[in-house]
Amino acid sequence: MADEKFDVIVIGAGMSGNAAAYVAAEKGLKVLQLERGEYPGSKNVQGAILYADMLEKIVPDFREDAPLERHLVEQRFWMMSETSHTGMHYRSDTFNEDKPNRYTIIRSQFDRWFSGKVREKGAIVLTETTATELVTGRDGAVIGVRTDRSGGPIYADVVVLAEGVNGLLGSRAGLRERPKAAQVALAVKEMHFMPRETIEARFNLDGDAGVVIEAAGTISKGMAGMGFVYTNKESLSVGIGCLVSDFAETGETPYGLLDAFRRHPSLRPLLADAEIKEYAAHLIPEGGYRAVPQLFGDGWVVVGDAGQFNNAIHREGSNLAMTTGRLAAEAIFQVKTRRQPFTAENLALYKRMVDDSFVMKDLKKYKDMPRLLHTQSSNLFLTYPQLVSKAMEDFVRVDGTPKLEKEKATVRNFVRTRSWTGLFGDAVRLARAWR
Amino acid sequence: MTAPVKGPRVEEKLYQNRYQVDAGKPHITVAPHDTPSPNLLAMTRICPAGCYAQNEAGQVEIVADGCMECGTCRVLCEETGEITWNYPRGGYGVLFKFG
Repeated sequence: MADEKFDVIVIGAGMSGNAAAYVAAEKGLKVLQLERGEYPGSKNVQGAILYADMLEKIVPDFREDAPLERHLVEQRFWMMSETSHTGMHYRSDTFNEDKPNRYTIIRSQFDRWFSGKVREKGAIVLTETTATELVTGRDGAVIGVRTDRSGGPIYADVVVLAEGVNGLLGSRAGLRERPKAAQVALAVKEMHFMPRETIEARFNLDGDAGVVIEAAGTISKGMAGMGFVYTNKESLSVGIGCLVSDFAETGETPYGLLDAFRRHPSLRPLLADAEIKEYAAHLIPEGGYRAVPQLFGDGWVVVGDAGQFNNAIHREGSNLAMTTGRLAAEAIFQVKTRRQPFTAENLALYKRMVDDSFVMKDLKKYKDMPRLLHTQSSNLFLTYPQLVSKAMEDFVRVDGTPKLEKEKATVRNFVRTRSWTGLFGDAVRLARAWR
Repeated sequence: MTAPVKGPRVEEKLYQNRYQVDAGKPHITVAPHDTPSPNLLAMTRICPAGCYAQNEAGQVEIVADGCMECGTCRVLCEETGEITWNYPRGGYGVLFKFG
């Protein structure tokens, strides 16, 4: 292999790496993909929700054999206090369509399937191989990688860095910064197994339909964070994540948060008698638009989580990963077809394609949101959930207090806690960050 | 109100996971130090695998066997030079059954 030169080396077999390797190989490029896990997926962690549209653009008939869990028909948003949740649920039968829009998946199974498709397209996938260093030529251009296998470096025209949020190669080579504590969330997750009939009864589901619960509030103890419960066929993915900078400040333990979350009275009955079979942890890029690094250079591009491609507000990560992986491969193919060298100037095509796609447009829309969540976390995740919970309890509980008095007490409670200017400021800040 | 529940034991959670430990080759090490920085000290609480602990002399030590390779300690402590961080050799480390 040392004497061979590839068109493309892809580092990593996650969503973005598999998308890049698949599309590049499909277009006839000579592709080598390196994965440090025992099998593709063995190092990968996600909630996980798969967005059909973005995968369909890569593997149109994926529904025929991809390991999918449940298609989602209902989304619940819960604002949690210590003893309650105030929820908004959206459920629609239109999601029971021939080609459903979103699915829950189990990443180790899904990634293995996706990797099989990559091999079918002719890419060489080398597992149990950790890429340790980028190799640069005399002019500083990336020309290959070194691995922890014996033998010399492996060379390629372009290296696609699909190495994930904590990728070492790009940051060690000075191509991008190491993730910052305020721009990444640490999430922990458990897999709770139970019979599928139990899941269907508890979540009011028919057959393969599924439910998502996204929960925020006092469960993150004033830190910027969210909890989630996703229904799989015979298991529930239960997790919670908060910004690393907030963890460092509070010293809360992630597993303590997770245990408190699943003991919450709103969740406990849903999880009762489950058998827990795995506990995982992972960083999630949360910096958004302002954290996106330089995406291309001489002989390299960066895709997926390594490029901070995650829409934290809509909880979309894997689809941005798949899309940037696909666009990178398409850009590389175009440069190759034009017989141009793989310089930064020519690979800038990839950045233009990302800018023109929903990926950058969505990130740009929420460019101020990460900062707001970071600076206002105790208000947004502690104060307001408590205020809302008290207001809802007063609204619902019948105790002979005249309704007008109850309303006045609710308003007083909000004003006493946040003041009129504070409330107004919070509303304006949130509206502006949302726009 | 429910009775107070005992604090969670992370060891029990890690017991469910599958690992291929590269014996004698830890992928993360803590540099010798007198007093840990606040970030390194915080790792004794926020490491999701409970890999970090403070010894009697007040220094922070690591046993990386249960590491889930999330990178939190790298984000908080690599810049100061307090730790060295690498991924395990290919095939070693945590192997997620579900992910």
